[in-house]
Amino acid sequence: MRRVGLLVVVLALLAPAVRAQDELRSFMIVRDSIPESLTGTPGDATRGRAIVANRSVGLCLLCHSGPIPEERFQGNLAPSLAGAGARWSEGQLRLRIVDAARLNADTIMPPYYRLDHLHRVARLFSEKPILSAEQVEDVVAYLATLKE
Amino acid sequence: MRRVRIGLGLASIFAASFAAAQSGDSSRHSGYQDMGPALQKMQDDDSANPGMLFVQAGEALWNQRTGAANKACADCHRAAAATMKGVAVRYPAIPPGTAKPVDLEGRINLCRTANQKAEPLAGESRELLALTAYLARQSRGLPIAPPDDPRLGPFREQGAELYKRRQGQLNLACATCHDANAGKKLAGVTIPQAHPDGYPVYRLEWQSLGSLKRRLRNCLVGIRAEAYAYDAPEYVLLELYLMDRAKGMKLEAPGVRP
Ligand code: HEC
Ligand code: HEC
Repeated sequence: MRRVGLLVVVLALLAPAVRAQDELRSFMIVRDSIPESLTGTPGDATRGRAIVANRSVGLCLLCHSGPIPEERFQGNLAPSLAGAGARWSEGQLRLRIVDAARLNADTIMPPYYRLDHLHRVARLFSEKPILSAEQVEDVVAYLATLKE
Repeated sequence: MRRVRIGLGLASIFAASFAAAQSGDSSRHSGYQDMGPALQKMQDDDSANPGMLFVQAGEALWNQRTGAANKACADCHRAAAATMKGVAVRYPAIPPGTAKPVDLEGRINLCRTANQKAEPLAGESRELLALTAYLARQSRGLPIAPPDDPRLGPFREQGAELYKRRQGQLNLACATCHDANAGKKLAGVTIPQAHPDGYPVYRLEWQSLGSLKRRLRNCLVGIRAEAYAYDAPEYVLLELYLMDRAKGMKLEAPGVRP
């Protein structure tokens, strides 16, 4: 019974964020930004905050710190997310989430909405972006609220 | 079982577990130094180090006759304290009559099959961990000393390439974390320099001893890469590179980790 319980928890942890058949939507990059929403509608900042805070969905706090005080363990491999919405427009934030390597080829920030040029992706995650288009929009909406 | 292991792997990287002392210094630095004093003491004190139970079990296996040849390791090698001292610090190596490097576990299984005429021990089995820990223990405190066999060069080179190659859905390389960002915090965990000096290691989170291979699988799973098969050569290649990188550091096995 213990085993089964653990298994369920583990499977839930590993559950892919996006269904297998999900394909990438097309988008247009203008200079250093993706000006249009990937879904055509604005994201939800509350959901976005939950994604950023979640270590097995957004994974952001592995590397970044941010104004999410209830998450005690935050990383310091990357700049703080505080003030990201003052430094960048929504379009600039969107490109940084979708594929930060477009701006800095050596970046360690994972490409959250890209499928090509990845190697040996675990079967469970293959052919899926880390975040769905909806989730990217939710994260962008949340980051845009971080004005200081 | 597999699934459970994968889950624990994720937890080990992603669960915030341990706030540890950290040092930004760029010199070589064992994972031991990132642990708090309580865990350091547990590793140092044989009566508290849970890995020592495996060492004791390994000693019993060393002396136990087995296989169609009905021979014990001790029948050929006598007292491990004398004959096995300095062995663990030079693996992986290329055994006589072969052309490919094997790790210490692989070497133990060669003796099982060729000399004891017994079945090889399964990877990560209690017996194999126990024998590996027993042998490693005979080299505790000795500097890591990879053999200067020139045939190892190309394999080590391949290991270095694997170490630097980005992989997995998160598109990270071993080097991203363990070279460029060692000493920083990945969530709550201090990223170690990835030295193999404590392995096999008793990990509190596993509640067991585990091999270096198990550790590497955890890291691969953490970056959402397909872990190499248990018997894949990649682990030996990576270990060759890691042992070379840690040359001269003292072997501390069986280590303790959170
Ligand atoms: C593996 C590490 C890593 C992860 C995980 C990560 N980032 Fe980053 N991120 C970085 C680094 C490093 C930078 C600095 C710029 C660069 O190197 O491209 C960065 C830059 C950024 C920037 C621009 C920061 C600024 O103000 O200049 C934003 C915004 C950002 N990340 C958001 C996120 C969000 C949101 C997530 C999760 C959905 C995330 N990052 C996950 C490593 C990471
Ligand atoms: C995203 C960052 C990251 C990547 C990429 C990564 N690791 Fe690790 N590794 C860690 C962390 C964090 C730990 C410490 C884990 C803990 O305490 O839970 C660790 C632990 C280790 C250790 C154990 C060190 C000790 O003292 O016990 C070794 C060895 C190691 N990694 C090797 C590798 C190799 C080889 C690769 C590539 C195949 C790799 N790692 C990829 C983050 C990473």
